[in-house]
This record gives sequence, C-alpha cells and structure tokens, in this order.
Amino acid sequence: MDLAFLWSTFTTLIEGVPLLLELAALSLAIGAVFALLLATMRLSNVAVLDWTAQGYIFVFRGTPLLVQIFLIYYGLGQFRPALQDLGLWWFFREPFYCAVFALTLNTAAYAAEIFRGGLLSVPHGQIEAAKACGMSRAMRFRRITLPIAIRQALPAYGNEIILMVKATSLASVITLMEVTGLAHRLIAQSFRAVEVFVVAGAIYLFINFVVTRAILMIEWRLSPHLRQPPTAEAPMKPEPAHARGA
Amino acid sequence: MSIAKALGLGVVGAVLALSLAPQDATAQSEWETVRIATEGAYAPWNFSNPDGTLDGFEIELARDLCERMEVTCEIVQQDWAGIIPALQAGQYDAIMAGMNITDQREEVISFSRSYAGTPHGFAAMAGSPLLELETADAPLSLDDDPDQVAATIEAWKPILEGKVIGVQGSTTNSNFLREYLDDVIEIREYGSTEQHDLDLTAGRLDGIFAAHSALKATQQKPEFADMQIVGTGMRGGILGRGVAVGVRQGDEDLAAMFSAAIDEAMADGTAAELAVKWFGVDVTPAE
Amino acid sequence: MTPIGFFEIIGFGERGWGAALLLAAGVTLAVAICGFLVGSVLGSLAAAAKLSRNRIAAAIGDFYTTVLRGIPDLLVIYLFYFGGSLALTNVGRMLGYDGFIGLPVFVTGALAIGVVNGAYQAEVFRGAYLSLSKGELEAAKSVGMSRALMFRRIVVPQVLRYAIPGLGNVWQLALKESALISVIGLVELLRQAQIGAGSTRQPFYFFLAAAILYLALTTISTIAFQKAEERSMRGVRRAG
Repeated sequence: MDLAFLWSTFTTLIEGVPLLLELAALSLAIGAVFALLLATMRLSNVAVLDWTAQGYIFVFRGTPLLVQIFLIYYGLGQFRPALQDLGLWWFFREPFYCAVFALTLNTAAYAAEIFRGGLLSVPHGQIEAAKACGMSRAMRFRRITLPIAIRQALPAYGNEIILMVKATSLASVITLMEVTGLAHRLIAQSFRAVEVFVVAGAIYLFINFVVTRAILMIEWRLSPHLRQPPTAEAPMKPEPAHARGA
Repeated sequence: MSIAKALGLGVVGAVLALSLAPQDATAQSEWETVRIATEGAYAPWNFSNPDGTLDGFEIELARDLCERMEVTCEIVQQDWAGIIPALQAGQYDAIMAGMNITDQREEVISFSRSYAGTPHGFAAMAGSPLLELETADAPLSLDDDPDQVAATIEAWKPILEGKVIGVQGSTTNSNFLREYLDDVIEIREYGSTEQHDLDLTAGRLDGIFAAHSALKATQQKPEFADMQIVGTGMRGGILGRGVAVGVRQGDEDLAAMFSAAIDEAMADGTAAELAVKWFGVDVTPAE
Repeated sequence: MTPIGFFEIIGFGERGWGAALLLAAGVTLAVAICGFLVGSVLGSLAAAAKLSRNRIAAAIGDFYTTVLRGIPDLLVIYLFYFGGSLALTNVGRMLGYDGFIGLPVFVTGALAIGVVNGAYQAEVFRGAYLSLSKGELEAAKSVGMSRALMFRRIVVPQVLRYAIPGLGNVWQLALKESALISVIGLVELLRQAQIGAGSTRQPFYFFLAAAILYLALTTISTIAFQKAEERSMRGVRRAG
C-alpha cells in the first residue's frame, strides 16, 4: 500500500475539481431555467408547445449523454463553414462551451419532468384559497405555487444534481482536464490505473456527499411547517399527505 | 448510512483490495497462444475496417511474427490510454500499437527489439501560422544533437506562442510537448490521433503533433489534402528509441521470442516489404 | 463538401455501414440485457439486505447503493476492467493457478453495468416492498401460509407489479450506460460509430445514426414496459 502515491494522486486530481464544479454549476443553472420553460410548455394546454417539449424530452432522455457530447463536439465540427456564417463558431470552437452546452441540454430534459411533477403536485385547494384571498396570478405563482412545487421537486432534483456531478466526468472525452481527464494523464505517467481511479472515485463521492447534505438542509429550511415547534407541548399532527412525495 | 461512513469503508476496502496487488508472475516457459493488443485507430500502423476487423502494418507484421514463433495469436483492440495498465492486469500478453521504447515505460514493462521508427513533428492546415516553422530536411535527434534541437525549438517559439496544439494523450508526443513547449503553447490531449485529426479540420486547432508516418497517412484522406507536415522532425530522447513489442515484466522470454522473429523478418526482407506497402517507405531500423 | 452522403453511410451498399451499425446495436442490446439481469440479482439482494433487521447486512446494502450511485459510471467501468482481472488473477493464484486470468470485455462490461444498475434496482425493489399492504401479509399469515409460500405467492408478484415502472427507468439507464462500455473496447453501437467517424471523417452522420438507433431501442423498450405494466395491473382498481 503506497500511501505517498495515493496522496500525490489526490493532490493532482483535486486540481480538476474547480473545472468539474464550473461545468456542473453552469449547466445546472442554465439547464434549470430551460427546464422550467419546458415544464411550462408541457403544462400550457397548447398542443404545439406541449408536443415540442415532449419531443425534446423524448430525444434527450432517450439517448446516451456520451453520444450527445460526441454529436455536438465532433459532429458539429463538421459544419464549421455554416456555423461561421451564422456567427456561432466562436461558441462551438471551445470544448468548454460544447461540454456546458451538451450537459445543459441533457439536464434540462430530465429536470423538466421533475419540475412538471412538482408543479402538478400543488394542491388545488391551496390555489383556490389564494384566489379567495384576492392574490394576483403573479403573486399566487410566487408565493404559493413555486414554493410548494420546489419543495416537492427537491428530492428528485437533488438526484439530478448528483447525476450531473457524475456526468461531468464525460467532459474528459473532449479534451477537458477535469478530475477524470487528470486521472487519465496520471495513469499515463504512473501506469497505476486502479489506485488512480479509486482516488478519483472518492473525490466524486465526497462532492456528492456535500451535495446530498446541502439538499437535505434546504429541504429542512423549506418545510418549517412540518417541524415540531420548539416550544410546542403537544406533538404536531402527522404530516399532511401531500407534503412528501412517494 | 451516511456517505461519510460509506467513504470511510470504501477507502478501507480499496486499501485491502490493493494490498492483494499481484506478485511478479512466474514466467511461463511455453507460449502456445499469445494475445496481442493494438489500438485500431492509428493508421497506417493499425486501424479498423468498416466490418470491425483490424488491419495495418502492425497487424500483418504480428501475423508474420506469430508464424515464425509458432504460436497462435489473438489480436485484440484496446484504447490507447489504458493499453499498458490492461497489459499489467493480464488482459493480454503483448502490445503492438506503434509504441516507442522509453525509459518511463521500461520502468513498468519490457520491450522486444525495435521493428520500426519514424520522426515526430507538427502538421497544420493551409493558412495556419505554423507553416512558417523552420524546417530542416533531415530530422534531428534529441540524443545526438541537443544544441541544434535547442536552437530549433527557440526559433519555433515566437511562431508557436499561444497556439492551440492537439496531441494524443499518454504518448511520447504529449510528453515532448509538455517537456519542451509547455509554457508556450496550449496543449489539448485527445484519446486517439483520429480525434485530433477531426478537430484540425474543424478548425479548433492551429496544429497537431504526431508521428510523421501517421501524419502522412492522414494526408491521403481527401479532407486533409492541404494539410502540411511542418517544422523539423524530431526523434530520440523522450520521443523514444523506436517502436517495439511491449510485454509484462517477467515475460522477457516472450520479448526474446519476438526479438528473434523480428530479426528473421528483417533479414529476409519481409519487414521492409510490409513497411513499404503500408508507409510508402522503409521505416524499419537501419542495422 | 461531403464526399459521401448520410444515406449512403447508413445504407447497406458497398460503402455502407448499415449492417455494421445494426450488428453493433445488437451488441448494445445484449450487453444491456445481461447487465440488467446481473443488476436484478444484485438489486434484490441489496434490497433484502437494506430491509433486513441485521445491522451488518443493512450497512453493507447501504454502502453498496450509496457508493455505486455516488461515483461516475465511467470510473466503475474502468475499475472493473483494470481491477477485475487483477483480482481474478489473485484469486486464481490462491487456488494454485499460475497465470493471468482475463475476462472478455463483454463480460466485464455486463458486470460493470450490472453492479451500477443493481444499486438503482435495489432502491426500486425496496420502494415496491415498502408499498405492500400490511393487511395482505397479515391475512396470509393468518391462513397459515409458510414464509416461503407467502414470499412466493404474495410478496414477489406484488413487488414486481409495483416495481415495473421503476424498473423501466432503470432499464433505460442500463441501455444508455452501455454506451460507456465503448471505452474498454467492446464494439457496441457507440464504438462502431466512432470507428466509422474516424475512418470516413464524417462524425456527424455516424453519431446521428447512433443516436437514432439508441432512440429506437429506448422507444421499443418503453412501449414493452408499458404493456407489462398494463398487464400486471389487470384486476387492480385505479384511483380516480
């Protein structure tokens, strides 16, 4: 057991973590906005919008992310003259942008369905109550629908965040030197594949551990009404059926 | 259970697993079948046909050598990046994949004698600033002409400054770029030479750095008709001491068998014939 | 600009790669099915471990599902490929066999998919078991069913029924994960597309063709799982 080697592997691989986090955070953030749009399209009751969104979700959830990355990076590279005419080449020229683009399109498809489930789970009674109080549409959405939907969707979305952290490892196939890319380079020098990949795996596991804890904390913050008030003498009623998704 | 505990257990598990790391294999004296790994994406050395079969200089040479050694050979495909670890893990017994003998590799595997060698250098598409690179007719040896090499690279630096250069990762080529030009160029590492070729035509790269033999094969493709090999070719030093068969340490008997077969194939002209067929020139070692 | 067109590439003519791509899609399907079956075995074992009162078994089950869902599948595949044969060789040494033992890449790939897939299937099975009605289990006990009979007649049929939608999702994961097996050299769909892209320098067409074939595989299997779900729900009253 070569602890010195494991440690030096760790210090080398950890240098890929900022890039990993950048890729994951950027694509999750842009992807979430896009997903909200897709979910709204799905729920719009306008057939064309619904079908468009369904088609998009079908294609991106039905094909492997690795194929999507290759298609976007090497595939679109074949169409440089056309992309240059459109003024888009500066974007597709960079492996980093291509990776963020592919990850964003992918996570948007998955997150759209999660958000749709969250929006659908908002109890009708709550909306009616808000209407009865005279809340405007916008206020209703901001104060009632969105908070409930977010709380409902959070556990599933937490899983999606973890999947995206893992998915960044595929960026190494288009020359990005994140943790997995650095692991490959290290193996080329040391030829010790198993040790290097075990250390890389531990780094991903640790990041996902932090993500899981953060999600749990946000869930806790978002559900104050489900917690026992510190001063209450009698125990609270059991949590309402809608509060936790299956 | 929390991930923290899982993490802890995982590390303990990994430590236990690794403590079982293999002792040196006792050499097998009798080789009946030999599994040879190749990359299958490095024309004309080795590449894949549409039907998935392997083809190229090393495939034909391997078959010839196996006949001479009187063993049954199985040729398997393996991505370049894992080709040495998978050899050590016992997935196959030998590597013939355009792999050069280097000090770094000799620390972990053994080699037969060399069966081919080719200089390494840059290539760029028409219009690239790299076309200005100073180019001598004869390649330079990193071992024999260090002063000339240093002068040539110094002369290159102003032209290469800030350029994006593609190279296959885990190769002598990527080692060369990192050793001599790391602070000058942006190095992008690819899984295979085919991938950096694609990115060169896509215009994501200002140039690539690879073996001249592979670059010449790429030039034959219609899309690469105006690709040019530029800059003085380099060889030796960290670029290696020629392409050879790699085997696990402890299997030196197998390496010796390969060396003897290569000697024969060179003596009767088979090796040179195959080289001319696939490279257009004889790339087998001079002696 | 393109010396060879899309339909010529995916066709079955002399320069066509259609047959090779279809064959590779078959390999993808085969490795995914094998992986899914391995995952079913591991998944039900892990679910049983997680549900058991034995704390050590539960901890092992938790460890397995937590780790395998927390590290990238790509790393799992590499670890199996490089670590798997090392481990086998060591086991072989202990048993007195003195050579290297390698596994065919197909087997390595199916095992790697299976190990990851099992972690997800465990959660599906566990959820399905927890949704069993306690009343039915008690009723079975009260009519004097043995544990084995109860397991066979009551638990398994219902867990499977509840698990079908979840298993459908996990199957899709296996199918998509099989694309990663290309990195260890199994000539499945993505690898074949890469070989074609490298050989013809037409990456877009090949990756597009691969994407279409993956989409066909996921569509067909989605329909199959829907049919299975409908069948299993015969005689179940739906809410609303």
